Amino acid sequence: MVKWLTRGRGEEWCGCLILMLLGSATPLAVSATPFTSTTAGPDTRSLAHDYSLALNTRSSIPAFARKYGLACSACHTAWPELNAFGQAFRDRGYQLGNDRDSPIWKDPSYWPVTVRITPNWHLEKTDNQPVDATPGDGTSGLVKGTVTQSGFDLSGMDLWFAGTLYKDISFVVLPSSDNTGSFHFEAAFVRFDNLFKSGWYNFKFGKFELDNLISEKRFLFLSGNGGLYQSYHFVPVGDVNNFGLGDNQIGMEMAGHSKNSYTRYGVAVLSNTDGDVGLTTGQSYDAFLTFSHAIDAGKLGVERLGAFGYFGQRPTTFQSSGGAAIPGTGTDNKSFYRVGLSGDFFFGSFELLPFFMHASDDAYLGTGTPGSGTLPAGAQSPAWNSAFLEAHYYVNPQFVFTGRYEMVKMSQQAIAGTPSDLGNINAVSLGWRWYPIMFSRGGLAWHTEFSLAQTKGAPPLSGNGVGGVFDATDWVKSYSVFTGFDFDF
Amino acid sequence: MKLQTQWAALGFGLLTLSLAGTVAAQQVKVGNLTGDAAAGKKEYRRYCIGCHGPNGDGTGENAQWIDPKPRDFVAASFKCRSTPTGTLPTSTDLFNAMTRGFVNTNMPSWLPLPAQTRANLVAYIETFSPRWKTQGSGTPITIPAEPAADIQSILRGRATFQKLECWKCHGTTGHGDGPSASTLTDSKDNPIRPFNFSVATRFKCGATNADLYRIFMTGVDGTPMPSFADQLQPNEAWDLVHFLRTLEPLETPEAGIWNAWLPAHEKELQPLGEQGQ
Repeated sequence: MVKWLTRGRGEEWCGCLILMLLGSATPLAVSATPFTSTTAGPDTRSLAHDYSLALNTRSSIPAFARKYGLACSACHTAWPELNAFGQAFRDRGYQLGNDRDSPIWKDPSYWPVTVRITPNWHLEKTDNQPVDATPGDGTSGLVKGTVTQSGFDLSGMDLWFAGTLYKDISFVVLPSSDNTGSFHFEAAFVRFDNLFKSGWYNFKFGKFELDNLISEKRFLFLSGNGGLYQSYHFVPVGDVNNFGLGDNQIGMEMAGHSKNSYTRYGVAVLSNTDGDVGLTTGQSYDAFLTFSHAIDAGKLGVERLGAFGYFGQRPTTFQSSGGAAIPGTGTDNKSFYRVGLSGDFFFGSFELLPFFMHASDDAYLGTGTPGSGTLPAGAQSPAWNSAFLEAHYYVNPQFVFTGRYEMVKMSQQAIAGTPSDLGNINAVSLGWRWYPIMFSRGGLAWHTEFSLAQTKGAPPLSGNGVGGVFDATDWVKSYSVFTGFDFDF
Repeated sequence: MKLQTQWAALGFGLLTLSLAGTVAAQQVKVGNLTGDAAAGKKEYRRYCIGCHGPNGDGTGENAQWIDPKPRDFVAASFKCRSTPTGTLPTSTDLFNAMTRGFVNTNMPSWLPLPAQTRANLVAYIETFSPRWKTQGSGTPITIPAEPAADIQSILRGRATFQKLECWKCHGTTGHGDGPSASTLTDSKDNPIRPFNFSVATRFKCGATNADLYRIFMTGVDGTPMPSFADQLQPNEAWDLVHFLRTLEPLETPEAGIWNAWLPAHEKELQPLGEQGQ
């Protein structure tokens, strides 16, 4: 099954990006033909909505709360976001650091599983969409229209298994489904903690979330347009790079932390599949480096600042058989990178999360040109900057207001002469979460959110609308309104 | 009559406000920090209430599943103190206990929390019992300098272990399996197990030799572990510390001395426990 999305002014958007963001169960077929394209098929809209909600894969694990008898609020500022104590717990390999972390201490009937899903009502409205002049008549010509959808719905579902296999050996297995029940492995790894009896050496192997200081897996947004960091998934118009900073990757990681986890580092070596299984691309590896340090600011709280860098390559040519690309045989690698700074600052009950990233892809990736081919005239490496500022106000451990403003600005287009703002994004989200119950057996939050994403000449990353744009010189505005009951047990 | 009722209501209201203000304004000193009870109340709700309960009496929703049971702050009987048995700990003792956690219980180390948050929590915990106002904290005991550990000190400590009948609870090998072990209860009649030296990586009230010394001399209030301040001279307590260090699964200096000495002298040792009496 190969699905493609049309993106702006007749340029073709490589569907593998969308599918890989989805964690599709059929990545082989996609990646085998990375530079082939078709126009959007009839499945595009359902795919888009799969994406917008399937991405709502988050991490809060009442299995741990049940194991240790701690309320959600002990580890989470507002679940699923971790606080300093929860971060230290995670860094120790889901261990408190006492002598009862080994499962040998638990009742044999204890089963470290958590389920999470969000029944919801949501509205999605996207303008500047190419729609048939006469509904149902594909020959009537395309006109500029607004696509509005609303109703009761489900989010994707997480089925977490996580805990300790033994003292200092921890694991996670996370089958995750989209809202149709189609599963994939969002995460699956084993981790060896406290190597050499030191918290500075912990080794993880498998598929896992990049050690982003601001985690997209644990953030407090669920709506179609707000339920993702644009910065973590953006690629320029026409770019075929499938990498997303918010996508779980597959590989291995060495990470470490100080005793209170105020100082942390991570070094990861990752397959260049953007987390897809099945050896779909080439045989090169990506690297991710991260470092952060926090200070105890007294009454203000814990203030953390970090830096990161992701350096990767993607193949542009494949061995083929009968003209069909052979998965995993990619060559002619072309490079890309993402570097940036992020922070987590508390001012009592007020939290600010700033993020800045500079990114660039090789010109071959940016123009979708095979490495053996000739770059189009005016080709250059696309580059862009992105930033967001997120704010939380914790009225109490059971009530939080959220807000975020985000922007992505192209600094250099892949083809000289392309409008400088093509692909730019402005996005805003506002919401609140109320947790009527908070104890160690499960969690429930009433989540309400409004979000707006404006993309210049390109469809929104949420996948809302038809996946295309009618007037590539104009903005596409995509609104989301979301309310639902987010629960886990 | 109506006027009297209004005055009574006003008086009650003022009294309530006054008491509330007292709690809110209660502060403690922990080093350079000033813990504030009102701020601590919010943090208590976030971090502590599940086990210790909204009233601080150790009956949180998780208490029924936890062994040992969470501390009852209303009873104000604390295990880890620098103060003599029967007295209240210092605010710093509570701060240190919170920071360190209790190694073989569900109480984790709250070290990742800002120090100010921990100080605020201490201030709030000290509002649960009126003893903090009527008695105040005890005076910390003095811990003399530790003499060097050698085989003679370890052997003297071993003899003290036998003489004080530590083995009755902790067992002759420190496994916590002495003949009295199965009969022990805490001050709330909950079954309690003696400390098992052979598996624990650190002591309940700290990891250092001085922490272990302090446990002998202050006792572990609320448990059957008494204070030996009246039975032990400081040098005897240090000898006992050195011996107990040989029972742990750690590469302690004392264990090194002991393991080097033992193979050639094992037959010279008097047995511990009932056989040694």
